[in-house]
Parts: sequence; C-alpha cells; structure tokens
Amino acid sequence: MIEFRGVTKQYPDGTLAIEHVDIVIQPRTITVLVGSSGSGKTTLLRMINRMVDPTSGQVLVDGTDVATVDPVRLRRSIGYVMQNGGLLPHRRIVDNVATVPLLRGVAKSAARARSLELLDTVGLDRGLADKYPRQLSGGQQQRVGVARALAADPNILLMDEPFGAVDPIVRLELQTELRRLQSALDKTVVFVTHDIDEAFALADQMVILRTGGIVAQIGTPAEVLAHPADDFVASFIGADRGQRRLRLQPRDPASGRIVVVDSAGRPAGLIEDDHASIGDGASPDVKAS
Amino acid sequence: MNWLISNFDLVVGLTVNHIRLSVVPIIVGFVVAVPLARIAVTGRTARAVIITSTSLLYTIPSLPLFVILPAIIGTKVLSDINLIVALSIYAVAIMVRAAADAFTSVPVDVKQASLAMGYSRWQQFWRVEFPLAGPVLLAGMRVVSVSTIALVSVGVLIGSQNLGYLFTNGKQRNILEEVATGIVASLLIALVFDLILVLLGRLLLPWNRKNGSRSAQADSVRLPITVGDVG
Ligand SMILES: Nc1ncnc2c1ncn2[C@@H]1O[C@H](COP(=O)(O)OP(=O)(O)OP(=O)(O)O)[C@@H](O)[C@H]1O
Ligand SMILES: [Mg+2]
Repeated sequence: MIEFRGVTKQYPDGTLAIEHVDIVIQPRTITVLVGSSGSGKTTLLRMINRMVDPTSGQVLVDGTDVATVDPVRLRRSIGYVMQNGGLLPHRRIVDNVATVPLLRGVAKSAARARSLELLDTVGLDRGLADKYPRQLSGGQQQRVGVARALAADPNILLMDEPFGAVDPIVRLELQTELRRLQSALDKTVVFVTHDIDEAFALADQMVILRTGGIVAQIGTPAEVLAHPADDFVASFIGADRGQRRLRLQPRDPASGRIVVVDSAGRPAGLIEDDHASIGDGASPDVKAS
Repeated sequence: MNWLISNFDLVVGLTVNHIRLSVVPIIVGFVVAVPLARIAVTGRTARAVIITSTSLLYTIPSLPLFVILPAIIGTKVLSDINLIVALSIYAVAIMVRAAADAFTSVPVDVKQASLAMGYSRWQQFWRVEFPLAGPVLLAGMRVVSVSTIALVSVGVLIGSQNLGYLFTNGKQRNILEEVATGIVASLLIALVFDLILVLLGRLLLPWNRKNGSRSAQADSVRLPITVGDVG
C-alpha cells in the first residue's frame, strides 16, 4: 500500500507543484494520475521513490515513511518506467534489463538468464537481447523499459507517461499488455498520463489533478464518470461536451441485440442481453469500449 | 634522401623524444580536464568560472609561458619539464571545454533513468555519464593530440630536443630535406596518435559505431579561443 499524507512540494524556485495531497493506493491495483501538463503528476510519482522529497507531509510505502529509507536502496526495490524508455544507449538490451539485479549484486549469468525470461514476459523476441536500444523501434524500447522495471521483481511499478511517445495502435497494444501483466504479476502500478482515455482504459482508481498540484477527484472510473466532482473534472473527462455520452439504439429486430452508439452516432459496442433489461443509461463496462 | 640517410639516428632520437614530450601533456590534459569539466556542468557559476579561466590559459602566448614557468615552478630554465607543464596547460585548456560539452551531451532522460534504477551518484558517473560522454571526449582528445604534437616543436626555442630542431636547424643551414623530414615525421606522429585514439574509441565505445552523428560530435569541439563565450 502507498499512502500520501498531507503532501506538499514546493521546488526551490518557489513553484508550488503539489499542494496538500492525500491519496491511498491499494496494493495490486492500477492507480492512474491524470491531469494536464504541469499539474504535478511526475512530481507526485517521484516522491514515491524519493527522486523528489516532499516539502511537508509523508509518503508511506507499506506503512514505512520513505524518508527514513536510503533512497538508492528504495529505488532498487521499485520499478520505474519513463516516457522514452530511458534505456542506457551504451548497454545491450539484455544488460539494460539486468540493470537493477546487477546493481543488487546478482551474478551476471543469473541476471542474464532472468533478463531473457523477462523479454518473453513483455512479448519481445530473445533475438533482440544483444542489440543496442537505438536498433529497436519506439514500441520495442518501451517494452524493454517495462521488462527492466520488472527485473528486480518489485512490488511497485511507477510508470511516467510510458506510452506517450508511441503511435496509437502500439499504445493500445501496450495498454492491453500492461493490464495483462498487472493481473498476472500482481503489482501495484502507479501510472501517469495526461490522456484521459488512457486513464479510463487502465485505472482501478483515478486521481485527477488540476494545475497547482491539487487533487480534483479520486475515484474509480465509474464514479468519476457518474459523479464528476466539479466543472473542472466534468470538462476534463469531456462529460460537459457530451463526449462520454453513449446512447442505446432500438433493438435490432433480426438479432434481437442492442447497439450502443457514441455522441457522434458511431457504434461503440453491444449490450449483453442481461444488461439490456436495465434499460437506460450505460453501465461502466459498456463505456470501456 | 642523402641527408636523411646520414642523419637517421638523429631523426629517430628526435622522434622518440617528440613522442615522449607529447604523450604526457595529452594524458594530463585528459585526467585533469575530465573532473574539472564534470564540476563545470553542475551549475552556471561553476561553468562560467571553470570554462572562462581554463580558456584564458589558452590565450597565454607559448614563449613567455616557457620563460616564466621556471620562475613559478622552480625548474631549471632548459628543463623539458617546463615544456611538458606548458603543453599540459594548453591541453587542459582545450580539453575542459570539450569535456564540458561531452557531459552536457549526455541525455537528461538517461541520467534520470539511471537515478530511478538506483545507481548511486558515483556509479552513475562511472557507468553512465562517463561512457556516454565518450564520443565527444574522444573528439576532444583528437584535437588535443594534434595540437600538442604541433606545439612540442616550439620547445626547441627553449632548448628541447625534438623534431622542431629539424625546422630551425634546417632553415639556418638551408637544408630543405631536413625541414621536410621534420614536417613529415611530425605529421606521421600525429596520424599514428589519431589512429590509436580512433581504435581506442572503437574498442571502448562499441555501441557508438555506425552512428551517423559523428561529424556533429566533432563540430562541438573547438579551440577555446573565444573567451567571452561561457555558454
Ligand atoms: N526540478 C524542478 N524545479 C522547479 N520546478 C519544477 C521542477 N520540476 C517540476 N517543476 C514544476 O512543477 C510543476 C509540476 O511539474 P511536473 O513535472 O510534476 O508536472 P507534470 O504533471 O508531470 O507535467 P507533464 O505532463 O508536462 O509531464 C510544473 O509547474 C513544473 O514547472
Ligand atoms: Mg511529467
């Protein structure tokens, strides 16, 4: 469990990046921090592994204030994925993935074997192991970044706009992959994005931040959709423009099924029969499509 | 070829001495400049102070420097040490700026990532920053190498025995072949040193090969004569 208790961060130049934030992140869930640029998402994320220290307040991991833990040791126990992979250009893929185990003193051959397994885990061909990062595509580098973050088998995975630099198709693929990995590996994932659709696609819990590092709303995607806390949230998730509104079309006479269309009239999905009887409005699982 | 054949031993002796006099300043330049440059890139003030002062060193004319060094460091007037110290100063002057560029060229992303992985500061320097600065450091060393080998010749004016002797002596005695021998021998040394550096780069920076940006890296290395520009 990760807990922010009354956390404030003011950078030395006076910028107030985070203002009195309280968040509880349950283990083995995906929490998405979402907000526009400069709203303090990265700052918040980096306070978990002490790349940034709060000005006041506490960050607790499993009940321990991280301020009392040696930052280097702490970071080796938490996976971190960056936007552009952040791979070391001078190390081969296999060594990049093995970075943290090697830092922790695992024997080279064991670390290498584990690296190769992790390439399988994230869906990469082992043939890439001896290449350098610049020989890989953006999407592949991103997968290596995920493999590297998993290498020390951390309980916590921090991801800062990890899929921001890849094209939409690869991005969808990586999102699906992340959800699969998360349920298979049981990690606590904290995921930063400024893409609200990505947030809806991944989150168990959403934390919506507004400029100045203030939490606008915390809740499940369904809660946020159903009850936006204020106009800012409503506008941020596109509810005020009707973007999130889905409509049911009349039951198709031939198949007897009900098609859901979005605000522009494009089909968004089908209603399962047992849900169709509920009738009006759309349930959260319909919205996911 | 008559002159060369009858003076072959002299030429070999001068060449060996020339190499000896070049190697030390080149190495000192690297060893002193790298930590200075690493400190220089930590902040604006550090950068301004270190880059400006080392660049200023380069503007000291060589002859006066040779002459005042004995007074400052207490060596004998005709000692080769004066030459080596002076050339080391120039090497540092060139290399500090190149090395500062080299450390600046290391992507911020990668440094952040290595910190996030749990590298300590020390490990981050040795295993990430230093190797990634390698290509630009190498480009700087190639400039330092050529410049040092050329400057050694000036040392004959304070009595150093090196290939520069062939220029002055050949000129006085009007033996064109002697002057030409001096030039060719210095060029050969410079070429061999450059080749060694390039091979070292191949060996130590295998990840950098087939990298199209090599000329861009060389561009970033300049002689530090524009003192006003402290970046
Ligand atoms: N090292 C720093 N020094 C001073 N101010 C900073 C620093 N890092 C971030 N800030 C400021 O703090 C605020 C929050 O920055 P942060 O990087 O956390 O935002 P973000 O939500 O991650 O933005 P983005 O989506 O653009 O990545 C911004 O106003 C930013 O300019
Ligand atoms: Mg950010």
